[in-house]
Amino acid sequence: MGGKRLAGEYLLEVKDLYKSFGGVQALKNVSLTLRRREVLAVVGDNGAGKSTLMKVISGAILPDSGQIFLEGQEARIRNPQDALELGIQMTYQDLALVDCLDITTNLFLGREICRPVAGMKFLKLKKMRTDTRKHLESLGIKTVKNLREKVRRLSGGQRQVIAISRAVFWGQKIIILDEPTAALGVRESQRVLELIRALKEQDISVVVISHNLHHVFFVADRVMVLRHGENAGEREIHKTDGDEVVKLITGAEFIDRKMF
Amino acid sequence: MVNGEKGVGILFRNFKSSLIFTPLIGLLVLVFLLSILSPYFFTVSNLFNVLRQVSIIAIVAVGMTYAILTGGIDLSVGSVVALSGVITSIFMKKFGVSLPLSIMAGLISGMACGLVNGSMIASKIRMPPFISGLAMMAVVRGIALIVSDARPIFGLPDSFAFLGGGVVLNIPIPVIVTIIVYAIAFVNLRFTKTGCGFYAVGGNEEAARLAGINVSRIKVFAYLISGFTSALGGIVLASRVMVGEPIAGYYYELEAIAAVVIGGAYMGGGEASIVGTLLGALIMGILKNGLNLLNISTYWQQVAIGLVIAGTISFNLFRQRR
Repeated sequence: MGGKRLAGEYLLEVKDLYKSFGGVQALKNVSLTLRRREVLAVVGDNGAGKSTLMKVISGAILPDSGQIFLEGQEARIRNPQDALELGIQMTYQDLALVDCLDITTNLFLGREICRPVAGMKFLKLKKMRTDTRKHLESLGIKTVKNLREKVRRLSGGQRQVIAISRAVFWGQKIIILDEPTAALGVRESQRVLELIRALKEQDISVVVISHNLHHVFFVADRVMVLRHGENAGEREIHKTDGDEVVKLITGAEFIDRKMF
Repeated sequence: MVNGEKGVGILFRNFKSSLIFTPLIGLLVLVFLLSILSPYFFTVSNLFNVLRQVSIIAIVAVGMTYAILTGGIDLSVGSVVALSGVITSIFMKKFGVSLPLSIMAGLISGMACGLVNGSMIASKIRMPPFISGLAMMAVVRGIALIVSDARPIFGLPDSFAFLGGGVVLNIPIPVIVTIIVYAIAFVNLRFTKTGCGFYAVGGNEEAARLAGINVSRIKVFAYLISGFTSALGGIVLASRVMVGEPIAGYYYELEAIAAVVIGGAYMGGGEASIVGTLLGALIMGILKNGLNLLNISTYWQQVAIGLVIAGTISFNLFRQRR
């Protein structure tokens, strides 16, 4: 097992993943590849194993067997900290931000810029605010006005945008998004999707789970389908259409067009 | 444009949405009413009197603010007030240790209590803060009674009276101690990385953990601070009455919690203001003082304090939902 693979072919390669919870086989021989600067959409019905797969990659769940390669090197990911150190960050909708802190302190959370005085680490708030503003502007984020605004007061879309830009800010190479547009309105979804596409410019690859095929076709370069915990197919986005992806998701041989 | 609004408008908007809006308005209304109702209220001597009375609860409430900020609570503060006073007195009286070292011993006893309390809460045991506090409350009170033979310790050296009864530039020392403690806590919470950590742990523990913050350390630190401020309050109290009293500090936990909550804190954690806590302590102290001046019985005072707590919290909740 293990060993080197051809470096540079894929940024991330997951092979032969198995995971069961009690009697339930959540992942059966699942594989996934992610290229550099690619947005990969992972779709599938409820219980298809999408979230489990993402949690394995981000270290939140240990697989029963299988291998993960990062830039051709086998990677050992045993907990979220391991994943973070390898440059993989999963952004959860609820778990990413601290509501009672403002945008700047959230962006810097755990990695604040400090000046030590008499044993206390004083925050360099001015520097942190300037950096935050620069960073958000570099991502083309224009919807956030006041950096001292507490995150609680932001809309769902703004929160998602801040959570994503936080991952970018800390130099992550791979960002995993679980249903980033689930709770958002149309305009807000659009903003988040545009941000995801803009991440390519920052040399970042994205894996995004979504139920919304419109969003998938807008944002992704490639789509990968899971069904009952197994790979059900994989398509370049410009070589497929909604019908085909739905067929892969449901496993139906054909779909009666009159149904739609 | 990713730019901050500027000017007075934003300041006022921030103030209106800030935690201390309600307690500050409440305090001003209270002072205004009492000034009209009693000619003795708004006098320098009475105000200093109030401040001196408030100072001990105010000091204890600083630690309580930290505990509540991290989503916990410290029920042991009253017992620690008693223990630290007793320990300091014993060191001075029985062991003949110098004043500074005796005070140090009292402070260390309080911090030890906080360390044990915080460790039970933050370590793998994960004891709920309420239960851990109940246990510590009983154990620490018991120790205070044991080491003092359940008797108050009289005859403390005269030099000790300075801390509770002395004045510098006409300002009572307990008031100065209070101001210093609040200043340090304010700077710590507002301008330091550790302060940020308390808010993060209380606001979203999982996010804090994922961001690499040492959640356990922050929690232990909060109870350590609470142990320290309780001990400081206890020593100031012992100095003021010149007795090491093992039954001192009963119900202080409730008064401290009331001060923190009136000050705008959210019991679930992540929201608390050190300035708010000071205002909360002042509101309760001034209310008691005013009702005394107006010759209202202590029974009615209890009712009034309960109503003030319920009233401010309702007003705060109402404001937040809008």
